[in-house]
Amino acid sequence: MSKITYREAIRAAMREAMRADPRVFLMGEDVGRYGGAFAVSLGLLDEFGPERIRDTPLSESGFLGAGIGAALGGMRPIVEIMTVNFSLLALDQLVNHAATLRHMSGGQFSVPMVVRMASGGGRGMAAQHSHSFEGWYAHVPGIKVLTPATVADAKGLLLAALEEPDPVVVLEHATLYPVEGDDTPDAPMEIGLAAVRRPGARVSLVTYGGSLPKTLKAADELAKEGVDAEVVDLRTLRPLDMDTVVGSIAKTHRAVVVDEMWKTGSFAGEVMARIMELAFDELDAPVVRVCSREVPMPYAKHLEEAALPQVGQIVAAAKGLL
Amino acid sequence: MSIAHRPPHEPALDREHAHELLAQMLVIRHFEEKAAELYSGGKIRGFLHLYIGEEAVAVGAMAALAPEDAIVATYREHGQAIARGVPAASVMAEMYGKANGCSRGRGGSMHMFDAERRFYGGQGIVAGGLPLAVGLALADRMQARPRATVCFFGEGAVAEGEFHESMNLAALWKLPVLFLCENNLYAMGTALARSESETDIHLKAQNYRVQSEWVDGMDVLAVEAAVARAAASVRRGDGPYFLEARTFRYRAHSMADPELYRGKDEVTEWKKRDPIASFAARLQSEGLLTEAELEALDTEAWREVDWAVEEAERGEWEPVEHLERDVHTAP
Ligand SMILES: Cc1ncc(C[n+]2csc(CCOP(=O)(O)OP(=O)(O)O)c2C)c(N)n1
Repeated sequence: MSKITYREAIRAAMREAMRADPRVFLMGEDVGRYGGAFAVSLGLLDEFGPERIRDTPLSESGFLGAGIGAALGGMRPIVEIMTVNFSLLALDQLVNHAATLRHMSGGQFSVPMVVRMASGGGRGMAAQHSHSFEGWYAHVPGIKVLTPATVADAKGLLLAALEEPDPVVVLEHATLYPVEGDDTPDAPMEIGLAAVRRPGARVSLVTYGGSLPKTLKAADELAKEGVDAEVVDLRTLRPLDMDTVVGSIAKTHRAVVVDEMWKTGSFAGEVMARIMELAFDELDAPVVRVCSREVPMPYAKHLEEAALPQVGQIVAAAKGLL
Repeated sequence: MSIAHRPPHEPALDREHAHELLAQMLVIRHFEEKAAELYSGGKIRGFLHLYIGEEAVAVGAMAALAPEDAIVATYREHGQAIARGVPAASVMAEMYGKANGCSRGRGGSMHMFDAERRFYGGQGIVAGGLPLAVGLALADRMQARPRATVCFFGEGAVAEGEFHESMNLAALWKLPVLFLCENNLYAMGTALARSESETDIHLKAQNYRVQSEWVDGMDVLAVEAAVARAAASVRRGDGPYFLEARTFRYRAHSMADPELYRGKDEVTEWKKRDPIASFAARLQSEGLLTEAELEALDTEAWREVDWAVEEAERGEWEPVEHLERDVHTAP
């Protein structure tokens, strides 16, 4: 099987969807002539032209809102917000409008819009370009939240998002873009299923998105020390597949939850609460989490590394449960 | 190396002042050239947005401002910081992520801050600085302080709602803000004509009844004179002022930009109007600068940049134990 990158997988999904359905179009800042801030849409302008690969001015609230309107009007927009940090300028449109229209109208209107954005830290971008807010979006009923962590999911989940009748937010951790993986068929995957990325028996490591590679590394380290860890990738935060998580804990009786949000209010906290609700009797130890330190992201490398979850902390947290 | 504040409408160009302006532009130019090299060498990480080609805007503007005025800048702000008098060494140390950087290594290239010089960043969210500037001016108004707040931003920012909200607030409340738009014709890869229905940007401000004009941003003296006029009007209490400086960035948007969206010819054309070369030529033709003096200024500028790098290299790393400092005010 040939190899492609995470970035190419997203591009392939968009290309496939645009070839198959004339209602699909992409809009966002610098998606066209620049080729995308993260080169995700590179080359699409040549194939689809400026009507469907639509460069926008710096107007996040305006063009995300226009995406809602276009979706209401029968199109299937993909709105790219350069990074999740800038999506805060469009939060009103997404949360007060996109997420509510179906319910508020008594089911008369739906908003089939996909909003893609890069997220996460680790690249020296400091406190206005590095944060993780996926849990905020997952908090909101009316939008689905996808956090693909693998090349296959980058393609398959995006294709699935484009078939959804309601708004979907896709968070692409920026450190994943150059990661390579096996190319997969252009087929949508089912939304709402977690996956066991590595089977194990002693402890469950539950994570998603940009923290998956670190968590898999931690599982490797643990294996070297004779600890057989299972790694669960949530893949979608809303809907959240707790069956897979609980199934894993029924085997291991211990869990560490890893994510890159600040600990207070992190999505990890939600997962821990659900474990308490659903699987308290299975636990042989308290559930713990590894999250970011409670500080705006610092620029200096050593400080940023100290602020973000790292492999060593995941290993230590897991060993602490044994 | 800040330049002594001069009252507006100073008649003839004096030699010493001209040399100071030229010297500063040279320092910024070489500082940025060095930064690009250090980025490639891995000493600087994250985003790096260079100011090369736009030096006349920051240098002209800062020369016209008083120490009590406030500055709000963007992520392309090394030049503004240095022209405002933030030592090149502490700007460089910040980009190294060292504790002797002007933001103690927390901010990096996009987030230079200096309270003593009333330099309020270093803002990485496009248009995010405009409301802050309105608020700084509001504080001055409410405390009857006759000073100006100068807000730098790119032409890309005028598409954001915050631009329009800020214009209206400032005009409605007659606040002492000077909005200084650095129109370098591109917002990342998006040319002005592809992002604005009205490309004559200073007209937008007029619609909010804000006094506005544009100035040649490649001409340091023109910028200085325009900012001096605008700042005087603002300080007098005549309400906000909008100045559009027409300029050009020679380099890519950031070090990550492959520059697919424009041709080399356009850059070459603008380089013919280089703010440093054209100013030096003018001074020479007016007998205010000799070839030897120009060389000496250039050497001195490099010396300052080298010193900045040495200081940055020498700087200490902030201890990791201090990671969670300065999130809230210490009790
Ligand atoms: C709200 C927001 N949206 C997008 C970005 C990404 N971005 C950073 S700079 C930039 C272009 C801004 O252009 P302009 O305002 O003209 O300033 P210039 O970079 O040309 O100095 C973009 C799109 C951002 N930092 N903030």
